[in-house]
Amino acid sequence: MNNKQKKSLTKIIITILLLFVCTFIPDDMTLVRFAGYMIPYFVIGFGTLKKAVKGILKRQVFDENFLMAIATVGAICLGEYKEGVAVMLFYQIGELFESYAVGKSRRNISELMDIRPDYANIESEGKLIQVDPNQVPVGSVIVVGPGEKVPIDGIVIEGNATLDTAALTGESLPREVKTSDEIISGCINLSGVLRIRTTRGFEESTVSKILEMVENASSRKSKSENFISKFARVYTPAVCFGALALALLPMAINFVMGNPLDARTWIYRALTFLVISCPCALVISIPLSFFAGIGGASREGVLVKGSNYLEMLSEVKYVVMDKTGTLTEGVFEVTEVKPEGDITAEELIEVAACAESFSNHPISKSLKAYYGKEIDKTRVSDVEEISGYGIKARVNNHNVAVGNDKLMSVMGLDFEKSQKSGTVCYVAIDESFAGYIVISDKIKATAKEAVVSLKKAGIKEIIMLTGDAKAVAEEVSEELGLDKVYSELLPQDKVSKVEELIATKANKERLAFVGDGINDAPVLGRADIGIAMGAMGSDAAIEAADVVLMDDNPLKIAKAIRISRKCMRLVYENIYFAIGVKLLCLILGAVGIANMWYAIFADVGVMVIAVLNSIRALRVKNL
Amino acid sequence: MKKTYEIEVDCANCANKMEEAAKNTDGVRDCSVNYMALKMVVEFEEGADVKSVMDKVLANCKKIEDDCEIFY
Repeated sequence: MNNKQKKSLTKIIITILLLFVCTFIPDDMTLVRFAGYMIPYFVIGFGTLKKAVKGILKRQVFDENFLMAIATVGAICLGEYKEGVAVMLFYQIGELFESYAVGKSRRNISELMDIRPDYANIESEGKLIQVDPNQVPVGSVIVVGPGEKVPIDGIVIEGNATLDTAALTGESLPREVKTSDEIISGCINLSGVLRIRTTRGFEESTVSKILEMVENASSRKSKSENFISKFARVYTPAVCFGALALALLPMAINFVMGNPLDARTWIYRALTFLVISCPCALVISIPLSFFAGIGGASREGVLVKGSNYLEMLSEVKYVVMDKTGTLTEGVFEVTEVKPEGDITAEELIEVAACAESFSNHPISKSLKAYYGKEIDKTRVSDVEEISGYGIKARVNNHNVAVGNDKLMSVMGLDFEKSQKSGTVCYVAIDESFAGYIVISDKIKATAKEAVVSLKKAGIKEIIMLTGDAKAVAEEVSEELGLDKVYSELLPQDKVSKVEELIATKANKERLAFVGDGINDAPVLGRADIGIAMGAMGSDAAIEAADVVLMDDNPLKIAKAIRISRKCMRLVYENIYFAIGVKLLCLILGAVGIANMWYAIFADVGVMVIAVLNSIRALRVKNL
Repeated sequence: MKKTYEIEVDCANCANKMEEAAKNTDGVRDCSVNYMALKMVVEFEEGADVKSVMDKVLANCKKIEDDCEIFY
């Protein structure tokens, strides 16, 4: 609690005690009773009354202080001392609670995002000195010891360590880094000393970008927030005019009809209106829900760039995904080796790797990676690359040909055609078929589960777009149980496909595109919601997407949707609850069933409940 | 041109009113007040003098809420 809050709390306690004492004053001691109640009234209400006077001087009639002042002064004039003081008291309790709750969740969220590094260690004359990370030029060497945060993005030049990336990705498993690995700021070094050459300045580093994004997120307001601000603008004047009408009309009718005026009743009822006229509960709880929801999501490694995107995310019914890097690892690996005749699998790989040893083609790289040993290039000669077919070379004095089925056919060889999807490399040694090697992209371990959880979250269609061949695309789609797949697309085809899909869906349904942020920035921009995944360190993705998943686990897509749904559920609960209770109390107040105590509940009670409900948006860990 | 300022204000509704007041100030094209982050993002008209516009913004905000502050 800050000083202002402590002062307010003291006043509240004193007022409660004084109010309690005042209830013992007998009813017939009118003057003593009035004077007695005035003491707590001024203790608690002086600030509000002062502001109310200032408000009138500035012609701010719908200022809440002014309205509270009229309501309480009015109640006191009607002789309802206790109610007058109570309204003021509870109004202050509400204000205190609001400021405490808001302050608390501000702190909570900044704690969640406690990834800002305070210093960087640089070496100077053999000693480590701590400097402001802002002052470290690109290309400097920084040292990060155990327990310290990595302050700036860079490349490890010496040392091994395990990193805690939980604050960035929500992933609790530590990650290993070794020399020449890239490292991003915001991770915590758990063991070992790392020397890192920085590749970016502090302002451009991941940690700065993330903090900036989260801090700015709630400035992009959602439709619900805009609705509430508009509602608030109309609500207060409407209720005030309602109060005026409620005070004057019945009296006017009574006057015309010649009945007794009954002024006391109607003025009392009008005053209860004024107590309910503050839209505080709504105005505070909706942005608070979004703030908490965005904060909670970022803790789980889901960065949402604005309240509006969180809102749209909850309406997603179609999820369009890129294949490579999103559903699959994006790394080509040898998945099958099938030797033919008396050659062994190892020999087949060795021969193929040798023949491909001069090539930089991704296929050659995967073959070499799978072979894993150093290749003695002196054994390889007469390399001839036949574009669109493959490679011929002499390896260990044998004629070797490695390539696709067309190469085998051209050579007139009798070979068994593989039915496998992926890229198949056929190998021939000395003009006879020696077997084949299948190279394909591996489906991510969690991809299938991700599809199931998206379906469970009520996603109507999961669609895959890929530039890959139809056979490969269909095999992946089959295995994962996707609804539709479009293959052999060029990057611009992906954009037009997404546009086509957007045109066919219903208006209120949203389409999300999920990509790994490489080459798909235009599609990320075109979809209702662009979700980039595996964005650690990739600026382009952070720039282009509306939602950024910090690691490359596709399960996070469904999680992000669930988080947004929970947040929106709380938002709607609050809207319906607060407006509902207020309207009900207004109606009951107009007909005389609800007295000022009900009005206090409709004002302060509803606000407290709505705020407590909002804060639940922060809890998303087990969604 | 867009600029972000830190602000101080006590109640959420007042923050909304500040946003409205700032929007209606000459030289301001758009404004968004973020109560939770206590920030005000002001988009200025072309060629507006930031300092004098912000003086007016603050004056207008003070009119509707005496307790507010903008740090610029």
